[in-house]
Amino acid sequence: MTITINHFLVVSFLLFSIGLFGVLVRRNFLTVLMSVELMMNAVNLNLIAFSKRLSDLTGQVFSVFVITIAAGEAAIGLALTISLFRQRRTLNVEEASTMQG
Amino acid sequence: MTGAETVPGALLTGGAGWAFVVFAVLALGTAVAVVVAKNPIHSALFLLSSFLVVACIFILQSAEFVGAVQILVYGGGIMVLFLFVIMLVHQRTVRETVAFQHQWDIALLFVIAFLLPFLYVLWTERFPPIAPNPDAFRTVRGRIVGNTEAVAWVLYRDYLLPFEVASVFLLVAMIGAVVLGKRSAEKVD
Repeated sequence: MTITINHFLVVSFLLFSIGLFGVLVRRNFLTVLMSVELMMNAVNLNLIAFSKRLSDLTGQVFSVFVITIAAGEAAIGLALTISLFRQRRTLNVEEASTMQG
Repeated sequence: MTGAETVPGALLTGGAGWAFVVFAVLALGTAVAVVVAKNPIHSALFLLSSFLVVACIFILQSAEFVGAVQILVYGGGIMVLFLFVIMLVHQRTVRETVAFQHQWDIALLFVIAFLLPFLYVLWTERFPPIAPNPDAFRTVRGRIVGNTEAVAWVLYRDYLLPFEVASVFLLVAMIGAVVLGKRSAEKVD
């Protein structure tokens, strides 16, 4: 089986779309955060594939940066989860509609 | 890698290619399971397996250091954070009967419309082949040292300023998480 960059991109886009779908449709705030992590992972897959294709280490270094951003984002998001749960006693994003969003 | 010359632009050939197929199917399946699972704990465990499978793909792609970082940071750090928060919030409120919003079909249409142009382009277009250089990922100044050291040279020489900015970002995120998670005095549960 010969794998080219196109296969990697297809897998990466599919992963990203699954994450996007999760962000759009899930009502639980925690699962929305997990879907965002899935999307970040898809981006990393893309970076690594192009790094291999171009024989350049920059893609790998940038995926380390993306992992850093994902860690910070997870910390902030989970703190928001705790805060939301304290105020509303729920994690349903549809009930957090004070600003009519 | 003898097959790399016969097919131009091949990233993986032979058994590594089949391993990639297996890992890709596993990654996509666990990702779907993350989105459709009703219980957040199941979602978190599927997310963990998805991270581990994607780390295997990284290691196939001669990105061993990033694969290890993926397992350590995602599998070790972020997943523990998620599981802690799931257990902090009450079990009864987390488990819900209707997991999806009512307009999930429109969202599915939107996602497919988002995906189709990319898939079309990838189906019709072929990237021009580039001669692979497998030693680029483990060479520092002409010596073969290993992937970790090579990444360190690029990270600490060419990208030192973004590295420092990332540390500031982590500090800001930590302060923000503490402030957001702090129980304020006037708010009584």
